[in-house]
Amino acid sequence: MTRTGRPLSLLLLLPLLFACAPERDYVPKVVDGDADRGREALARYECGVCHMIPGVADALGKVGPALGDYSRRSYVAGKFPNEPNTLVRWIVDAPAMAPQTAMPAISMSEQEARDMAAYLYESD
Amino acid sequence: MRPPHPASALDPASGSGAELIDQLGTALYVGGGLIFLVVMVLVTCAVLTKGRPVNARYWILGGGLAFPAFTLTVLLMYSLAVGNGLNAIGSSGALQLFLDCFGLGDARARAPVDDVLEIHVVGKQWWWEVRYDRPGKGGAVVLANELRMPTNQAVELVLSTTDVIHSFWAPSLAGKVDMIPGRTTRLRLQTSEAGTFRALCAEYCGGQHALMALFVVTQHGDDFEAWLAHQQTSVVEPVDPFLKVGYDAFFRGECHSCHTVRGTPANGVAGPDLTHVGGRKSLAAGTLNNHIGTMAGWIAGAQDVKPGNKMPSSLAYSGVELRALSAWLGSLQ
Ligand code: HEC
Ligand code: HEC
Ligand SMILES: [Cu+2]
Repeated sequence: MTRTGRPLSLLLLLPLLFACAPERDYVPKVVDGDADRGREALARYECGVCHMIPGVADALGKVGPALGDYSRRSYVAGKFPNEPNTLVRWIVDAPAMAPQTAMPAISMSEQEARDMAAYLYESD
Repeated sequence: MRPPHPASALDPASGSGAELIDQLGTALYVGGGLIFLVVMVLVTCAVLTKGRPVNARYWILGGGLAFPAFTLTVLLMYSLAVGNGLNAIGSSGALQLFLDCFGLGDARARAPVDDVLEIHVVGKQWWWEVRYDRPGKGGAVVLANELRMPTNQAVELVLSTTDVIHSFWAPSLAGKVDMIPGRTTRLRLQTSEAGTFRALCAEYCGGQHALMALFVVTQHGDDFEAWLAHQQTSVVEPVDPFLKVGYDAFFRGECHSCHTVRGTPANGVAGPDLTHVGGRKSLAAGTLNNHIGTMAGWIAGAQDVKPGNKMPSSLAYSGVELRALSAWLGSLQ
């Protein structure tokens, strides 16, 4: 290889560095959900007794799975395709979707669940 | 704006001991501030008018002896009167307190001894047992982690501990008093304000000291009596099949070896009484809100929520059992 060929080939490799963080083609978006209110609702309902939730104070629970990187999950609770409405339904009433689950249906408004889902998708 | 559960000595409930302490504090801060200002003015004068002689005897005897002697005497009497008043709250005016202190006050301002409601509070690592025991006035009842008292009525807390030193402090209601092994101590509470106040343990008592709090609910006399009468009722075995799953899970999981649920065979004493746990404002001594989610989270993850506390995380339950058990406990209002 010639002296100029080496830097040149390195230059050609440069674009690969950008390939590490590709533009995501799909980020789920909750219609009518507000991530800030969602973070506040997650703290108020203390979902953190069972879940580790990045960015929510005292959410260090280990009873259920950690809820970070949620927009990259393929399945909700390992069973249902991860779509916004599915996630909202799960948060409102998990046992109705998975009768054997340990996660209780905590009484809350649908709006609050939308906000929580928005936070889970948008926080990473 | 006032927080929902005041817990600050600077935010006292009306007609409470904390209010007397707050007034004394204000007198000290304002008085001290004024004296500081006067001294600073004098210093400035001394610098600006240098060389002018002053009457030394006047300043030393007057400013150095007479003034402090007078101020400190008044303060001493006032603070003694406040200390006295903390034992007979209800007459909160400073003048009234003065008179009371020297036996000149209106005797009616004090509650007669048998008019005082005694409530026993026992500090434990890291929760509180609360016992109502009114001789001649209905059955005694053992509760936990929440204290209710009527407004406009002198209440005397009888404080004790079964392990290490704790300290009971409801900052918006009164000063703090330690709970000392082998002794009982007493603390007067009174307020004219109906509300919910937060109290906490104010003496380091081990790993989860920071999560040892409780709510003090003050309510009108009739509401209080109704509440207390309800607390004395027992639990009956549930008929609803889902709740029955929870009831059975409670005994299968050995919860009854540490907890009492009156009306059932559960009579353990190592943990808080759960007869009316669903009606409490918090779980695990002021640590969590009380709803089915936190209940289930506490049962399955007690050691995650309060690491090192004396209740093991329960690993014995299926998801359905955990939810049913939490629903049953939550139904014990
Ligand atoms: C009693 C403990 C408990 C509480 C309280 C709780 N969860 Fe869960 N949660 C679980 C468990 C256990 C699972 C796993 C369930 C399954 O796979 O069936 C779960 C699953 C989930 C999932 C799906 C996770 C995944 O891997 O896809 C989400 C999202 C979720 N919970 C959100 C919440 C929110 C929001 C709250 C508060 C409103 C909450 N949870 C409260 C126990 C709990
Ligand atoms: C080894 C004794 C022990 C066992 C067994 C035990 N607990 Fe506990 N429990 C405790 C203690 C101690 C506390 C207080 C913990 C604290 O707040 O520090 C407690 C607290 C609680 C509380 C909160 C009460 C309140 O007033 O806030 C609930 C609810 C509870 N336990 C339910 C259960 C259930 C359900 C089981 C069975 C799965 C169980 N416990 C088994 C000792 C025990
Ligand atoms: Cu303590």
